[in-house]
Amino acid sequence: MTRPGTRERDEYNRLAQSFHTPRPILRNTLMAFLVGGAICTVAQVILDYLLTKMPKTQAAAMTSTAMVFLGAFLTGLGVYDEIGRFAGMGAALPITGFANSVVSPAMEYKREGFVLGVAARMFQVAGPVIVYGSLSALLVSILRLYVFK
Amino acid sequence: MTLNRRGASTCVFSAMPAIISAASVVGPREGKGPLGPLFDLVCKDTLCGEMSWEKAETKMLRQATDLAQAKAGIEDAHVDFFLAGDLLNQIISSSFTARDKDIPFLGLYGACSTMGEAIALGSFLIHGGFARNVLAASSSHHDTAERQYRYPTEFGYQRVPPSQWTVTAAAAVVLSSQGYGPKVEAVTVGRVTDYGISDANDMGSAMAPAFADTIWRHLSDMGRAPEDYDAIFSGDLGRVGSKAALYLLKKRGIDLEGVHQDTGLMIYDMEPEICSGASGCGCVASVFAAKIYPEVRSGKLKRVLLVPTGALHSPTTCQQAESIPSVAHAVSLVYPEWGEGGS
Repeated sequence: MTRPGTRERDEYNRLAQSFHTPRPILRNTLMAFLVGGAICTVAQVILDYLLTKMPKTQAAAMTSTAMVFLGAFLTGLGVYDEIGRFAGMGAALPITGFANSVVSPAMEYKREGFVLGVAARMFQVAGPVIVYGSLSALLVSILRLYVFK
Repeated sequence: MTLNRRGASTCVFSAMPAIISAASVVGPREGKGPLGPLFDLVCKDTLCGEMSWEKAETKMLRQATDLAQAKAGIEDAHVDFFLAGDLLNQIISSSFTARDKDIPFLGLYGACSTMGEAIALGSFLIHGGFARNVLAASSSHHDTAERQYRYPTEFGYQRVPPSQWTVTAAAAVVLSSQGYGPKVEAVTVGRVTDYGISDANDMGSAMAPAFADTIWRHLSDMGRAPEDYDAIFSGDLGRVGSKAALYLLKKRGIDLEGVHQDTGLMIYDMEPEICSGASGCGCVASVFAAKIYPEVRSGKLKRVLLVPTGALHSPTTCQQAESIPSVAHAVSLVYPEWGEGGS
């Protein structure tokens, strides 16, 4: 039988699932907490320092910029993918992860040229985040404007 | 005309073609693995001195084919066909390797089963009297596969436990109507099976039914039991797929316990990053060239069944929520001294 019916297929899917090693959820959560926390602590240190030099809004923007630079820099050094591999969401969620998702395709497709490679593919991973991020921001703003006045 | 078939669908060779040489070229990670010293060439880095990973894969495939030809002492002019395939779109590594060779070329695609497909077709060509010597090869590269099938290589994401690590390796063999080497005794070409697995991170489970189907058909056609083989090698089911395959076969009354080995579990020390095991056209091909081939040639193994398995999906079909069709080809190889007249 090369293509069994739905019932056998479901049965096989359940069987295959039972052979999977379970995801190490506890370890993953702990690593995500520690690494994500460490990245945020670095950002906090930068912010606290900048607050002594400039007004709050400016300091916040500068901190984000510094963290984006840090994420891009570590991606360029070939380190960030290693961090992401064991820290999971802890590395993906902070803004450094966003930088990684833009810089990694830019690096990857450099060999296909600056226009059709780097520029065209740069937002391959981050694109959906930007699209749905902007869309949900719009929806929330509408709600705030008309519903929760 | 005599029909060289046994049972429902197994092809047997009255004059068995011989595999007279084999060569493998691997990347640095594979070179550090348990089979490291057995490979012919180990690249220092994944670029192998080239400007891109695609170029590196082509270079590795060319080196492997050159080495296999040199070992057999056969130049391009005496090779009648070059059969090769790889994982990349339009099988570029193979075609670009063929560009540098003066040999009629047939490009193949069978995902990780490509080496089995190449050996099977090469044997048919020789047995049919259409060729004296055939060069069969396949390759894969971790980074070229990663960027085509998954994410950019520097993107930091977490791999899931059932996923498999694409091997950076290329291997080639020379099949010949005469000369010394393991003989191709029989071939069972696989049927495409699909048991509804749609998770591209779980190719082992997708391929296991194809493997089980081919093994079952091969053994019943040949009237054999698993014990008639010194070893049965699956070509990259990984941990998860191996368990599923053995379970499916047990349900049909075939127990492979003790005879079965998976090449996806042989090439690396199983670090957590490797997850369920290795995969890629180059995995089964290079493990065959570096480890299985010499053992059959020397008689350490007298009869083996090589069953490369391939998941025939693409990133597009996965995004469209299609399940993963798979195929597995069985190639039975025997110790050269056994070759004449069969057994």
